[in-house]
Amino acid sequence: MQISLNINGEDHKVDVDLRRSLLDVLRHDLALTGTKKGCDHGQCGACTILLDGRRINSCLSLAVMHDGATITTIEGIGTAEDLHPLQRAFVAQDGYQCGYCTPGQIMSALAMLTEAEEGWPSYISESLEAEPDLTDDEIAERMSGNLCRCSAYPRIRQSIAEARAQMRAAK
Amino acid sequence: MKLFDYHKATGLSDAQTKTAAGATLIAGGTNLLDLMKLEIQTPEVLVDINPLGEDEIAEQDGGLRVGALVRNAALAAHPLVRQRYPVLSRALLSGASGQIRNKATTAGNLLQRTRCAYFYDTASACNKRAPGSGCDALEGRNRMNAILGVSEHCIAAHPSDMAVAMVALDAEVAVEGPEGARRIALEDLYRLPQDRPDQETTLHPGEVITAVILPPPPKGRQTYLKVRDRASYAFALASVAGIVSVDNGRITAAALAFGGIGAKPWRNRAAEAALLGQAVGPQAAEAAADVLLADAVCHGDNAFKSALTRRLIHRALRELTGETA
Repeated sequence: MQISLNINGEDHKVDVDLRRSLLDVLRHDLALTGTKKGCDHGQCGACTILLDGRRINSCLSLAVMHDGATITTIEGIGTAEDLHPLQRAFVAQDGYQCGYCTPGQIMSALAMLTEAEEGWPSYISESLEAEPDLTDDEIAERMSGNLCRCSAYPRIRQSIAEARAQMRAAK
Repeated sequence: MKLFDYHKATGLSDAQTKTAAGATLIAGGTNLLDLMKLEIQTPEVLVDINPLGEDEIAEQDGGLRVGALVRNAALAAHPLVRQRYPVLSRALLSGASGQIRNKATTAGNLLQRTRCAYFYDTASACNKRAPGSGCDALEGRNRMNAILGVSEHCIAAHPSDMAVAMVALDAEVAVEGPEGARRIALEDLYRLPQDRPDQETTLHPGEVITAVILPPPPKGRQTYLKVRDRASYAFALASVAGIVSVDNGRITAAALAFGGIGAKPWRNRAAEAALLGQAVGPQAAEAAADVLLADAVCHGDNAFKSALTRRLIHRALRELTGETA
C-alpha cells in the first residue's frame, strides 16, 4: 500500500507492507536512522518521534494508519553546525553515556516542554490547574517513558532544565 | 506479525458490520499492536476506526460526553476534567507514559486486554490466550495478579487506571450496534473471568463504543492513589479512586474503586456503605477494608496485595477527610 508522509518538512511516498511500523519506515525505507529501535514494544521510548507535534512511540504505530501525517524526527530539529538547544545542552551537560537512547530522550523532551508550556499537569503536580513548575521531580515524571540503560538520568534531567531555560530566554 | 487485511472504516455502520463479521477494531493500537507483534492476537481483518472522528469532549446534561477516540492525554489535560473530575485526570496521568497517552484512546483504554505475564508468554498455559489450556499463573509468579473477582481459570488483573476512576464516577458507556444504541454502566461492561476468561466484555457482536458519559461531578473530595514497583510508568500493584464527603466529622457519601487487585475495575458497594455515618478516623478505613477484603482470594506471591490495599484505603481516607494522622 502506498502512503504519503511529510517528514521534517519533506514529502515522501512509500510503498509499505501493511505490517510496517512507522519506525521501520523511517529506518529501513527512508534511511532516517537517527530514530532508534530499543524494545519495539513501547516500553523504552528510544523510537520517540513527533506526530503532528505530539510525542509518540513510532514502534507502536502502523505506517498505513498514518497516511498523510506530519512527522518530526531527530534529523529535523538541528544540524551538526546548528544544534537545537536541547542537543547543545545534552552535549554541554553530558546528558548521555552510550547515546543510544538520546534521540528519543531529546524528541520526548521537546514535546514534553511544549506540553508544560500548554499547562498540562503531571501525576505528581500538586495542583492540576496551576502553571506547571518543572522541578527535577516533574521532569523525571514527565520523561518516564524514556529509559536510559546507562542510567544517565540526573544529567538528562539537568540537560532538559538547561535547554528549557535557554529556549525561554530566547523567546 | 501475521499478515492481515486492513480497512479504514467509512462510517460507524461499516465498523459495526465488519466487527460483527469478526474483524478487530484498532484505534490507538498501543495494546493491540504490542499483542500482534508477539502473535498473541492474530486478527485476520483490522478495521481502523480513526476516520470516525468521535474525538470531542462536550458538556452534556451537567456532565461530560467523552468521544470514544479522545486521546488519554487530551482527556487528562481538558480544563473541565481537571477542574470537575480531578480523580479522572490524576488516574489518566498515572497510567502509561507521555508517548502512549498521546495515542491511546478512551474506548481503547477501556477495551485493553485484562492480562498477566503468562498471557504474554506463549510457552505457558493460559485460558485467556488458549481457552481450556489451563492457568500457569495460579501457582506461578503471580505478585502482579488479582485477588478479587478471580476464578480457578484466570487471575489476571485489569490494568486500566482510567477505568477505575470512571467506575468511581458512575460513568456509562454509549454503544451502537445492529440492534441500535444503548448505554451500559461501565462496571457492567466487564465480565468476570469465571470459566471463560477469553471473553472480557458484555458487548454484543457488532457493537462499537462511541462515547463515555460522565454524570455531573459528585460532591466531596476526589483522589487517585497508585502504588507500584517503580515511581512512574508501571502498572498498579494496587490503586484506589476515592470520592468522599464529610459533614460534621462524619462520612456522608463515599465511592471507592480499585485497580490492580481486581479481574475488572473493582467496586464494592457494601464496603462503601460500611463508611457511611462513621466518624472520620482509622476505624472507618478498617471497616471498609474488612468488607472489601473478605472476598479476597490470594495465590501466594500476590497475598501482600491484601495488606497493601488496606493501607491504601487508610491513606486515601486520610487525604479525603482531611484527617491528620
